[in-house]
This record gives sequence, structure tokens and C-alpha cells, in this order.
Amino acid sequence: MKIVACIKQVPDSEAKVTASDGQVSWGDAPLVINPFDEYAVEGALQQKEAAGGTVTALCIGPESAKEALKHALAMGADEAILVSDPALENLDTVGAAKILAAAIKKIGDADMVIFGRQTLDNGAGLTPPQTARLLGYPMLGLAGSIKVEGGAVTVERVLEEGRQIMKANLPAVLSVVQSIGEPRYPSFMGIRKASKAAIPVWSLGDLGESAPTTVVSRTELITPPSDTREIEIITGETPEEIADKLADKIIAEKVL
Amino acid sequence: MKTLVYIDHFKGDVQPSSWEALGLAKSFGTAVALVFGSGVDEVAKAAVEYGADEVLVADDAALADYRAETYASTLSALASSQSPELILFPTTTRTREMAAMAAVDLNTGVLTDLMGLEANGDSFVATRPIYEGKLMEKTVCAGKPVMATIRGRAFPKPEREEGKSGTITKVAAAGEAKSTVEGYSASEGAVNLGDAGVIVSGGRGVSNNPALTPPAGMDEKDAEIWRAQQGFALITELATLLGGAVGASRAAVDGGYIPYAHQVGQTGKVVAPDLYIAAGISGAIQHLVGMRNAKVIVAINKDADAPIFKQARYGVVGDLFVFVPALTAALKKKLGK
Ligand SMILES: Cc1cc2nc3c(=O)[nH]c(=O)nc-3n(C[C@H](O)[C@H](O)[C@H](O)COP(=O)(O)OP(=O)(O)OC[C@H]3O[C@@H](n4cnc5c(N)ncnc54)[C@H](O)[C@@H]3O)c2cc1C
Ligand SMILES: Nc1ncnc2c1ncn2[C@@H]1O[C@H](COP(=O)(O)O)[C@@H](O)[C@H]1O
Repeated sequence: MKIVACIKQVPDSEAKVTASDGQVSWGDAPLVINPFDEYAVEGALQQKEAAGGTVTALCIGPESAKEALKHALAMGADEAILVSDPALENLDTVGAAKILAAAIKKIGDADMVIFGRQTLDNGAGLTPPQTARLLGYPMLGLAGSIKVEGGAVTVERVLEEGRQIMKANLPAVLSVVQSIGEPRYPSFMGIRKASKAAIPVWSLGDLGESAPTTVVSRTELITPPSDTREIEIITGETPEEIADKLADKIIAEKVL
Repeated sequence: MKTLVYIDHFKGDVQPSSWEALGLAKSFGTAVALVFGSGVDEVAKAAVEYGADEVLVADDAALADYRAETYASTLSALASSQSPELILFPTTTRTREMAAMAAVDLNTGVLTDLMGLEANGDSFVATRPIYEGKLMEKTVCAGKPVMATIRGRAFPKPEREEGKSGTITKVAAAGEAKSTVEGYSASEGAVNLGDAGVIVSGGRGVSNNPALTPPAGMDEKDAEIWRAQQGFALITELATLLGGAVGASRAAVDGGYIPYAHQVGQTGKVVAPDLYIAAGISGAIQHLVGMRNAKVIVAINKDADAPIFKQARYGVVGDLFVFVPALTAALKKKLGK
């Protein structure tokens, strides 16, 4: 089975992200593989272990995004491809989906394309279904478990209402959530292999694509009001007394 | 200005923020509600009662179960025939997908998880969180129609006028499903954290009551889960009293104490209730990004130095097994329930 895992590089979630001069800044915090996409790589590796085959990690990003791809290689992916082009700086999700779809076609013969649920920076969760639409593959979103049998894939989707079991023929596009299982740590061997790996870089020209028109764009960055709050620790002689005071405070807030 | 509003529901149970989307659409002009499914007359009637100027109903056996492809194609077809300026959705697992796909069909884009939306001439400017709410952006969509999913509880909910009559028109389903629904695992029940006004959440601390003796014959892990279930029973009791939902930290989910659908935080749900009570949760950044927009946060934790206290409005330093029931009792009395 040939599996493609789509990953993005984002600032670490511990980073203090600020707006300066209309630009997003994360200081010297590291860029990492999007945490949701680690689950995508994990899901892909699980399927490879179950059915054999290969896992290709695919990323659109600047040269520095090779580090995120190396993380996927160190986890156990067989190969990694970076799509990088100066003309791809202001991609919206439809644009990213167009480029990913073109790269997936160029990779060729993918049975399964696995995405993370959403990116940490943009957080839209739109790219996976948009890529599925462009490829004409079935979309199985928010999978908490995946099972492949006889050319079909069955997933348990984690929804607001509980779990929905859905089945489709391969090739298919999936996105995964945390229930898929904790991403494995890169092994020592894996890290060594990844550090030596040559990662091909495809340009727009290599894909035979032109830069997609940006439809969704940012016009302003806003720093939310700082949320240092004054905390009031409720104290008292007995739990009942504290509970009584706290109940009064909550009622006075008029939030019930 | 004409807006289509997608009313999201699961087997007839409407996601309440659909009505908030309808209210927002009315503030811009004409609001046409869209109801997809099979046997959805009640949902269509409710849409009229919540103020829709017209309701278009695609009632078709092919739409009985949500599938991304058919729902997206039906939506795209309606967008083409109705030519709205705007299509609004509540933000749910379904709407993100179908809106995303329809945007590809219609050559436009989707603005997701909006906390604000303003008309600007014949276009719109949206406000939405990025970087897990560490920043906000204003964003625009150059395509037509503008498609937008709104965050639950960010916009006012319109009043319902029971028995109101209005125009309900049948429309056709479109597209071909590429998947089959094999079933649902029912055990988990609905968890609508995004729409809850009150959330009471438990963390790893809910399993920490050495005084509880589990039934004989349990191994250590089962005993831990058993203890946690006693803890979550206390949390559920408080949540139920306040008409709220039960949330959880990832440690509680990973520990097998409660299903993933309850998880609040970076890899779970991002919520913004009026009241968030965190019990036995330390307050890791990945949890905080999921709940820090709550209006009032109450933290109950044994450890006075737990980071959750930096985010809270009120704190109690102590054992949740003592304080949660005490708080439930006090509120019950004061609220006269
Ligand atoms: C990529 C990534 C994504 C993540 N996503 C999420 C996410 O979406 N949501 C999330 O929550 N976490 C997430 N995490 C995990 C997060 O970092 C923390 O590990 C997690 O939130 C800890 O959960 P907790 O507070 O319940 O447990 P702990 O940190 O173990 O805290 C338990 C707390 O309970 C208190 N306590 C113990 N017993 C009692 C008692 N009897 N009464 C009162 N208090 C008691 C303790 O003092 C302690 O503060 C993520 C981590 C990573 C790396
Ligand atoms: N630049 C990118 N390169 C590769 N995959 C991406 C990229 N952007 C988004 N994705 C994938 O699409 C998912 C959803 O992204 P988004 O729609 O931005 O929330 C991510 O979790 C990734 O799996």
C-alpha cells in the first residue's frame, strides 16, 4: 500500500506568538511538525505495518520545513518530498489543496492520503476535504481508527455525537485525530537515517502548476487583550463554608 | 443582501449555533435557511420559527446519513441557483467539510471559526483566532459567495416564535456519495462542548482518591479508572445541576477515564462557555488554549502552585472529592433546585 502523509511546519505550541509590524513573530521558538500531523504520520506508519507498503511525507513550505519532514522520516516514513517555491508564500487552503493534489498525482499510485485534523497556525481544517474534492477521492475525516481490508478502508470518525463508522473504496483521503494513538518517538536509527536523507524539492514548474490565486487573505493582525487575571482564592474554615462563598461569587457573576 | 444559512443537525437534533448563524444572516438582510436530510420537517419548521425568510429543504433518502460529497454537491447546486452574497454555517465537524468542498466547486473560500463578521460594502470582514487564540486576524474572502463558519456562542441567538408560518420549499439533492455509513457506536452520547454555557471539566486528579476502595479483583489500571469514574460522577452531577456539559483534560482521556469527545484543548475542542470549572486539572498550555476564552474560570486543585490558578478568576485549593460535592450542594440550595 502506498500512503502519503501531508504535514506542515508550524511554531511550537509553547511559543509566545506575538504580532510585530503586522507580522507574526514567535521569537526564537523552534518550528516543529504540526502536532496534528504527527498523528497523521503515526496513522500512516500503523497502516504500513499492518499491510506493508511505503509512507511518503509531503510538505509545502520553505527550505526550513525539511526539518519537519526529517521528523517524519525519523519516525519511520520511507521518503519525504518538499514542495517549495517563492510563489507559494500566500497560499490559502484551496491553494494548498491544489498544490498537494498535484504533488500527490506526481508521486503517483497513492492508495491513501492521510492528513492531520488542522494546522496550529491557521486552524482551518479545510485542506483535507479540499484535496479530496480535487482528487475526486472519498473523504473520511476525523478518523480515530483505520482498518484496511480488500481494497476498502473503514474508519471510526470521532464526531460531536459519538463515533460514526464509515467505509469507502481506496484510494481515499483521511484526516486523523488523537485517538489514532500517540505518535511514536523517533528511534536513534531513525534519526541517523533522517539526518542523512536527501529530500527532493519540487518547484511549481516540476509540478506543471502555476501559483494559485489567493482568495482568502489576512488584512490585519490583532493582539488579543492580555489575559492576566486577578485570581481570588476562596478560603474558609470548612469545605462547606468555602463552597458557600464560592457559590455566591459564581451567582453574582450572572453566568448561570 | 441574501444569505444562505446551513442548519446543521444530527438526526434532527439541531446544533444550536445554527440559530446564531440565522440571526447573524438576518442582520445583513434576507436569510434563506438550508435543511438537508431525510424526514426533516421539524427542523425546517424550527428554522421558520427562528426567523428564516424562506427555508429550502433537500429531503432525500440519499441525504439520510451525512456524507461529505453529497452534502457539498447539494450545497454547491443551491449556491449556484440562489446566488447569495454569503453562506453561513455553525462550525461543526460536518460543516467544515462540506463548506470546504463546496468552496472548491464554487471557486471561492471559507472563513472558519469566526468570532466577528461585518459587512463591508458588498463584501465582509471576519475576525477569527489564529495560533490557538494567541493572536486574532481580520480576514477577507475575494470569491463569491463568501462562505463562513461561525464559532458557537459568539453571536446572539434569535428569539424563537412558536407556531410562526413561513415558506418551506423542497429542493433536490445532488452529487454521489463515495462512502457508506456502517453504523454508529452509540455509547458516547452527544457532547456539545462548543454550545455549552457551562462546562465542568475533570483532569487526572479525578482518579486521585485513595480513600475509595474499588471492588475486589480489579487490577491497578481498572481500579484507577473505577476511581476516576467516581470522580467524574461528581463532576457530572455539578454539570447537570447547572445545565452544562462535562469536559476533560487530555490526561483524563488518555487514562481511559472518559471518551475523547469530551477533551478540551489543543488536540480536543476549543470552548468559550460563560463558566468553566476545572477540577483536578493542572493547567498545561495545551489545555489553556482550549478554554481561556471562558468568561469566568473556577479552578479546584490540591496544589496551590498549579498553573491553572494563573488563568482562573476564582480558585479553591483543596481536594476535588470534597469540594465538588460541597459546591454542588451549595449551588443547589441557593438556586432553589
Ligand atoms: C501535542 C500535544 C497536544 C496536547 N493537547 C492537549 C489537549 O487538547 N488538552 C489537554 O488537556 N491537554 C493536552 N495536552 C497535554 C497537556 O500537556 C497536559 O499533559 C495535560 O493537560 C495534563 O492533564 P491534567 O491537568 O489532567 O493532568 P496533570 O498535569 O497530571 O494534573 C493533575 C492535577 O490534578 C491535581 N490533583 C490531583 N489530585 C487531586 C484531587 N484529589 N483534588 C484536586 N486536585 C487534584 C494535581 O495537583 C494536578 O495539578 C497536549 C500535549 C501535547 C504535547
Ligand atoms: N503546507 C502544507 N503542506 C502539507 N500539508 C499541509 C499544509 N498545510 C496544511 N496541510 C495539511 O492539511 C491539514 C489541515 O490544514 P488546515 O486546513 O490549514 O487546517 C494539516 O493538518 C496538514 O495535514
